[in-house]
Amino acid sequence: MAIPTKILLEIVTPDRALIREEVDEIQLPGSEGYLGVLPGHTPLLTTLMVGELWYRVGAEKHFLSIAGGFVEVLPDRVTVLADLAERAQDIDIARAEAAKRRAEERLAKPSSDLDFERARIAMMKSLIRLQVASRARTRV
Amino acid sequence: MPSLIDLRRRIRAVKSTQQITKAMKMIAASRLRRAQDRVIASRPYAQRMLQVLHGLAPRVDPEAHPLLQRGSADGRPLVIIVTADRGLCGSFNSNIIKAAGQFIATDGRGPVTLGLVGRKGREFFRRRGFDVLIEQTGIFQRLSFAHAQEIANAAIEAFIDGRASSVHVIFNEFKSVMTQRLVVDQLLPIPKLEGDAVAGADYLYEPGPEAIFADLLPRYVQAQVYRALLESNASFFAAQMTAMDAATRNSSEMLDSLTLYMNKVRQAAITREIIEVVSGASAT
Repeated sequence: MAIPTKILLEIVTPDRALIREEVDEIQLPGSEGYLGVLPGHTPLLTTLMVGELWYRVGAEKHFLSIAGGFVEVLPDRVTVLADLAERAQDIDIARAEAAKRRAEERLAKPSSDLDFERARIAMMKSLIRLQVASRARTRV
Repeated sequence: MPSLIDLRRRIRAVKSTQQITKAMKMIAASRLRRAQDRVIASRPYAQRMLQVLHGLAPRVDPEAHPLLQRGSADGRPLVIIVTADRGLCGSFNSNIIKAAGQFIATDGRGPVTLGLVGRKGREFFRRRGFDVLIEQTGIFQRLSFAHAQEIANAAIEAFIDGRASSVHVIFNEFKSVMTQRLVVDQLLPIPKLEGDAVAGADYLYEPGPEAIFADLLPRYVQAQVYRALLESNASFFAAQMTAMDAATRNSSEMLDSLTLYMNKVRQAAITREIIEVVSGASAT
């Protein structure tokens, strides 16, 4: 079987199908670490953590923020089922900043273990979103 | 016989009611569109999830996970009832409440715990002294996956620590604008997944298949709850639209008959006046 030259990337959240596009390369925030996917990848199923996802079409890179979910990788197809996914250009920077400040406040005075864990995740989410958003602005 | 002025007033009242029902119908129709789109938009996620689960099922011991096992014997069944927050939607809420009552009486086998979503259901069951575990009102205006997660997680927790022996959800499924179907779904324990040995054959699993499976099952329950909420929301607007359409039609019928009656009364009054004038003239 010939190695496919493109990957069909699908990103689906509970609310909608966000992306369905032919791409050349993808990088995903897997729960065991970031992983890159090129066409012809071995079938793989893995969970995702909070992080940054990018995909490349030609020379153009697109960034997204992802929070939790899982991904199914096939040689010619990648399906991401994310709890939350946002394109870099859709991220509301003011909201992400506010969320980060809230999380910082809660981290400063943790009341219980559960709260601490939740605040930590919220913190990570907001940091990732800010990071992804900044990429959208710097890209030419 | 009512006077002309009374009739005119009555007609005006009916007309303004009709304006309101007409406006409500329009609003329901536009919201229905949006709700319908969301139901459709949520389908790919649920379908994909199911595919992956089916691929995984033969590779793990399905009995190993607590969400797949029979619930504890001392727990009570948990019934999640999805109603709407508002009325003026025909028999939408009363159908659900009736079906829930029947379910509790026949299938419940003894006392049950309730999960109430929507204000109408809460108002009904609260007053009747049921044991309520989950309560969510006013979520339909800004419905998001987070709401479904909250409800699903509460149900999962109750199931795992033995308070709930099973979890069912009762809601209106959106078939079309004219028909909504009442559905009683078993949420937990998760009905047996048929394994599809081919689909998951030579995958790499990272972390192991069991870990992914354990991660997926709660998500699956969340997606199921989310679907129930979205379907119920779309059904609500469909029911409201139909009800308001019927109300608008009824009021225009009423207007017709009232106008006819008013004209008769007017004519009778004119005839009487003429007779009076004529008889007055002939008397002199």
